[in-house]
Amino acid sequence: MMNPHNPHASLDTCQEVLIHLNDYIDGELSPELCSELEAHLAVCENCRVVFDTLNKTLYLVHQLRNTPPQLPESVEYRLFVIMNLEEYASRKKGS
Amino acid sequence: MTGIKIDLDIYPDEAALIQGLKRGDPEACACMIKKFAPRVYAIAIRMLNDPNDAEEVLQETFISACKNIHRFEERSALNTWLHRIATNAALMHLRKHKHRELSLDDPIEIQGGDDVYREVRDATLAPDDHAMNSEIRDVLEKAIASLPETLRTVFILREVEGYSTEETANMLGISISATKVRLHRARLRLREILAPYFT
Repeated sequence: MMNPHNPHASLDTCQEVLIHLNDYIDGELSPELCSELEAHLAVCENCRVVFDTLNKTLYLVHQLRNTPPQLPESVEYRLFVIMNLEEYASRKKGS
Repeated sequence: MTGIKIDLDIYPDEAALIQGLKRGDPEACACMIKKFAPRVYAIAIRMLNDPNDAEEVLQETFISACKNIHRFEERSALNTWLHRIATNAALMHLRKHKHRELSLDDPIEIQGGDDVYREVRDATLAPDDHAMNSEIRDVLEKAIASLPETLRTVFILREVEGYSTEETANMLGISISATKVRLHRARLRLREILAPYFT
């Protein structure tokens, strides 16, 4: 069985795998290092768990993009006032 | 859309809205605010962790945008330009209230090699099992808020707002390599915080 801590010469420690994980996730890792990293992940459970939980973390963060941001009505009102748009500030939805 | 009622259809597209802004039409200013203020506020509040500071940044952003719209060369989308102004304003606030600075541009070092594994749990749930509900959203927002400023600002622009590494670096006035280092650290730190929720 392949030693998970020395599967390849270039990525021979979990620490080195971790350093390259960012570029791997961003698709910026060279094909050679990609293959080495994937080979390491296949045999190293600790790194695989880090990779999986990192992916899940980023998946959740990206969900925030799909959530429409909310501007409190009082904050919006004061913004319109400070922008000298009082005329608009008096127009509430539905009025 | 809640709050103040603005007819966003007055300007059929962004080019028309920008022309309206450059003419000084109040309707254009109102449209711009209605359309873009929520996202600007979201960026500011995440960067600053303070609703009062975020409101100041919001106001400074739109005052500055209206004042300087004639300088906007339309090489980016209007919201990108506004986000850049808001980011600069937020950074100014952070500098004003700065009480500590971490050395974050050092080469990446994972202390002891095993630290990142200390909260590793068995990741058995698929991402779909973590559909965004209010509880997980709250945990996530708090986790982002807990990041040090320099990591948080990069993380918000890159991961939450979806800007590229280069755009993020430009917005923050730092190098691409510094952006990557900070992003890497922010991702790992957030992963550590959230890992227990994946068990």
